[in-house]
Amino acid sequence: MTALSAEGLTARYPGQPGSTPALIDVDLDVEPGERLLLLGPNGAGKSTFIRVFAGLMHAATGRALIAGQPARSARHLVGVVSHATFLYDELTALENLRFYAELYRVPRPLARAVKLLEDVGLAHLANAPVGRLSRGQQQRVTIARALLHDPPVLLLDEPDTGLDLAAFALIAELTTSNQRTVVLTTHNLATGLRLGTRVGVLASGRLVHQQASVSAADGPALADLLERLGRS
Amino acid sequence: MRGRRFFGQLRTLIWKDLLVEARGRETVLAGAVFALLVLVIFNFAFDLRVENVAAVAPGILWVTITFVGVLSLGRAFARERDRRTLDGLLLAPVDRSALYLAKVLTSIASMLVVEVVALPVFVGLFNLSVDLPLLVLALVLGTIGLAGVGTLFAAIAAHTRAREVLLPLLLFPIQVPVILATVKSTGAAIRVPGLDPPEIGQWLGLLIAFDALFLGLSVLLFDYAIEED
Repeated sequence: MTALSAEGLTARYPGQPGSTPALIDVDLDVEPGERLLLLGPNGAGKSTFIRVFAGLMHAATGRALIAGQPARSARHLVGVVSHATFLYDELTALENLRFYAELYRVPRPLARAVKLLEDVGLAHLANAPVGRLSRGQQQRVTIARALLHDPPVLLLDEPDTGLDLAAFALIAELTTSNQRTVVLTTHNLATGLRLGTRVGVLASGRLVHQQASVSAADGPALADLLERLGRS
Repeated sequence: MRGRRFFGQLRTLIWKDLLVEARGRETVLAGAVFALLVLVIFNFAFDLRVENVAAVAPGILWVTITFVGVLSLGRAFARERDRRTLDGLLLAPVDRSALYLAKVLTSIASMLVVEVVALPVFVGLFNLSVDLPLLVLALVLGTIGLAGVGTLFAAIAAHTRAREVLLPLLLFPIQVPVILATVKSTGAAIRVPGLDPPEIGQWLGLLIAFDALFLGLSVLLFDYAIEED
């Protein structure tokens, strides 16, 4: 079964029903285990695509399906990392993870939270309030939060914001394990190409380019395409 | 099974809200100071005598509690929205009714804490004799009504830029029956020498009915209120 499927997907920014859609008639299938690198200039619709599949926005028309289910009914199958951490500054890293683990009904939530803090290299800061952690450390806790329920689909919306190379390598390692399906948006083409196995390019809400496989060698051509789209 | 899951999530959400409030002390501390200031201002502004105390004092108390409630309810969702933690909650497979009820219960808890601080000051400043059990009953029922519908409107207002203005504009007109019933019930709890306390059974009944109606409707509507689009 297709891991993630957009069928004639059109979506508008919230509270702007008459506005130009942020996504227009997007058709796209992502198979299990694929890692889709979603590129495009600012305002192309990348974050809207992520928000629709995360179940945070409705599709105006068309369908957004995850493992054959409407995205809003498949929240338990999805983990999301974005530049916002979704963490509570007043709670410790461990309390934040335990809280989300309980919301996702993870068995033995405390043990799972401890294990993931070890995986992201923050076991020694488990009892530190998140508000006192650096941006990079907070983003590591965010990655742990997204993986708590071991989701088969990961949506990464500019996850490299504020991260150093070591932290990004950690994202790459954790997200590529377990044959997860990944959709990644980033402005950093080089880091995106390290993670993606295929690419899609959005411009003004439309899917204008797809490539079934991608490697670092495709960087210059994609950079050229993005530059042209950014100018137009 | 579904019920156990619901109450498990509700308990988790309440634990989180109480812990965030206990560590941040944003709502209760500000609410208590605000309530005391309003009561002191009213004390200077009104010249209460035996003949008008039962008519005026309940209004003073409920104007104070309503203002504190608007502050407290507004923070409940504004804080989640400003820090983007609301998205974190909405991403999770959580029953939206659990989200709503958790916010209602924690708002009631923080408003009751403020009322526990404000009530002795209110009684002392205005030199009142009160029927405490009846006063507490009126306060609890009124607070439930305020928090029940206020939480729904706070969720709607949180999506807007002018939320601080919008929340009272949405809340106060809807809240009129609850405030009317609570003021009447509170008035009956204030003892005036030489006067028999008025019959308030119907007002308490009305208050309970409004609380149940507003809570029930808000549970049903909250899913639409909390979504972005």
